[in-house]
Amino acid sequence: MDLNFLVQQFLNALQLGSLYALIALGYTMVYGVLLLINFAHGDIFMVGAFLGVFGSMVLNLPFVPTLLLSMVLTAILGVVIERVAYKPLRHASRLSAVITALGVGLLLENGMLALTGADPRNYPENFIVTETYDVAGFSISNVKILIIVLSILLFLGLYAIVQRTKWGMAMRAISYDKFAVPLMGVSQDQIISLTFILGTGLAAAAGILWGVAFPVLNPYMGLRVGWKAFIAAVVGGIGDIRGAFLGGLLLGFVEIFVVALGQPFGISSTWRDPIAFALLLIILVVRPTGLFGVARRQKV
Amino acid sequence: MNKRLLTLVLVLAIILPVFGGLPAAAQDECDFVGEAVIGVIAPLTGDIPKVGESTVQAAEMAVDEINAECGLEIDGENYEVIIVVEDNESKAESSVAAATRLIVDEEVIAIIGPQSSKQAVPTGQVANDRETPMISPWSTNPNTTLDRPWVFRVAFLDPFQGPVDANFAKEEFGAETAAVLYDIASDYPKGLAENFRDAAEEAGIEIVAFESFTTGDTDFSSQLTNIIAAEPDVIFTPQYYNEVPLIVQQARELGYEGPIIGSDSWGTPDLLDLCGDACNGLFFSTHYAPDIATDVAQTFIQAYEERYDERPDDVAALTYDAFQMLFTAIENAQSLEREDIRDALASIELFEGVTGIMSFDEQGDPIKCAVIIQIQDGEFTYYDSACPPGFPPEDMGSEESGS
Repeated sequence: MDLNFLVQQFLNALQLGSLYALIALGYTMVYGVLLLINFAHGDIFMVGAFLGVFGSMVLNLPFVPTLLLSMVLTAILGVVIERVAYKPLRHASRLSAVITALGVGLLLENGMLALTGADPRNYPENFIVTETYDVAGFSISNVKILIIVLSILLFLGLYAIVQRTKWGMAMRAISYDKFAVPLMGVSQDQIISLTFILGTGLAAAAGILWGVAFPVLNPYMGLRVGWKAFIAAVVGGIGDIRGAFLGGLLLGFVEIFVVALGQPFGISSTWRDPIAFALLLIILVVRPTGLFGVARRQKV
Repeated sequence: MNKRLLTLVLVLAIILPVFGGLPAAAQDECDFVGEAVIGVIAPLTGDIPKVGESTVQAAEMAVDEINAECGLEIDGENYEVIIVVEDNESKAESSVAAATRLIVDEEVIAIIGPQSSKQAVPTGQVANDRETPMISPWSTNPNTTLDRPWVFRVAFLDPFQGPVDANFAKEEFGAETAAVLYDIASDYPKGLAENFRDAAEEAGIEIVAFESFTTGDTDFSSQLTNIIAAEPDVIFTPQYYNEVPLIVQQARELGYEGPIIGSDSWGTPDLLDLCGDACNGLFFSTHYAPDIATDVAQTFIQAYEERYDERPDDVAALTYDAFQMLFTAIENAQSLEREDIRDALASIELFEGVTGIMSFDEQGDPIKCAVIIQIQDGEFTYYDSACPPGFPPEDMGSEESGS
């Protein structure tokens, strides 16, 4: 096992991990503000990817406008879902809200199935022309670079919004105490909408980048990816955006390196998921609140 | 403008089926004394509706053609061929129920279908128990016909395809090492991957990587990086058309420039759209090539394209062959009794169909050649045939077939 091999696998892991991380951010933000596990998030990611197909195939837009269009439309969809499906249940039990989220997910999946059919889709060939560079013995493509760089930039942008702006301060404040903050003149509804805008917008970006990296899109693509990103958010410490990003990267690294390093020890790639998730479970046993999570005290 | 277009489409949608029914007019001139009812079981809904559509299209074409020639002739009297189509929803239990209904209620003389092994294996049991001849066009799993004298098939078996691909890798690319990437959670790829591995080792090809994933995975980069590090001469991946594009594109992105070989699961035309340039020049083994040069195949392909305005896929070709085999057996038997048809099917020695010349072993499985297809500029093009040793026999004349 030489250095090139390890660098190659490192890049593979960085690509997969940044995609998980982008999706995990949406889970963690909604949970942070509303304490709601938004199980429709994986399907919102799917809608983002399909809006990319709409932008690129139907409107013939190039990559950047398609990405922006999909992010904007998906963000609007996120706000509408929150207003229609989650807001009426804000004071109902958390279980009702979670079940509603599952229902919204099913609605999006089957709605998309009815709209586009079961045939898999992809982006046009000229959307992003893949170029592979051979650098010092390992291969890197422009798609990989794009995904890794864009993901990190989006995360840094989000982090700046949350840490450095008034809106971000309000978001953090609501997640700290959602009863006291509205009394200070902060509109809870606006902040919740903003949370959904940011979370679903990032999911749409992830959807399009996913579609560029893995160009076979179907209405059920969000299910497995969504679950994995949710696990990443929990391992990172749900409610903390640094945790979600790190959790996503960690999941990508664990998945790739179980396969990469298992081989010399006679562990075949079949064992990827069992070992990957066992490792994540161990992290949760050691730190039940996740890497960045803070224990919330439940008042009884 | 849009409204006008819509009206036009609607009008066409109403008119076209009327024209589609016209070829049947010829049968009025024939003097039919009775009917021969054949059951068809196909997945019209469910996971693979395209397979069901191809089945029914090929079946209707075969039946219309024979009725235009005054149907089946038995002892100088003409019988009109009628088909009854049952949807199995791509499910085993619906397929079994459909077979029972066809055999008991419709009193069919034989069943064509089901297509997938998942349904053909249990349905074959029903046909065998109720002593009704059944021909599955597409099923490749050995269990469909195993120890079932009433069940036949048109497709070759998986244990035959593995060696075909291994030998092709050896002969075409002079491969000394090979790697396999397959879905361990699905029966067809798993079985074929193992058949390929065994055959490759027998042919003197070393398997340097045998990597797996599970159904639904889309990122194969770590497996492929392992494979590339092992430096294989070829990669074999017996996957479906929704996974092949991802595997091929990721392999190229990771710097693999060698050949990638596939199996008959690649042969769905959707692969061409999804994979684009990345799949150009690659090879896979399958049942038939749409541009194959035999007269039988060309006649079929032309008629099919005229009638449906699309190229027939392997399902359509195999289904059409199944009907021709059945017609041949009935005319040889000169009877519409199930038992006579079964005996006649079992005693067909050589048969030339769209998917090539075939003979049948004692299990009712065909001995036939596979074809190797190369993907060229967005089309499946015939490249080579791979035949079992000593097949087809040299004294085979084409007039012997189809009698």
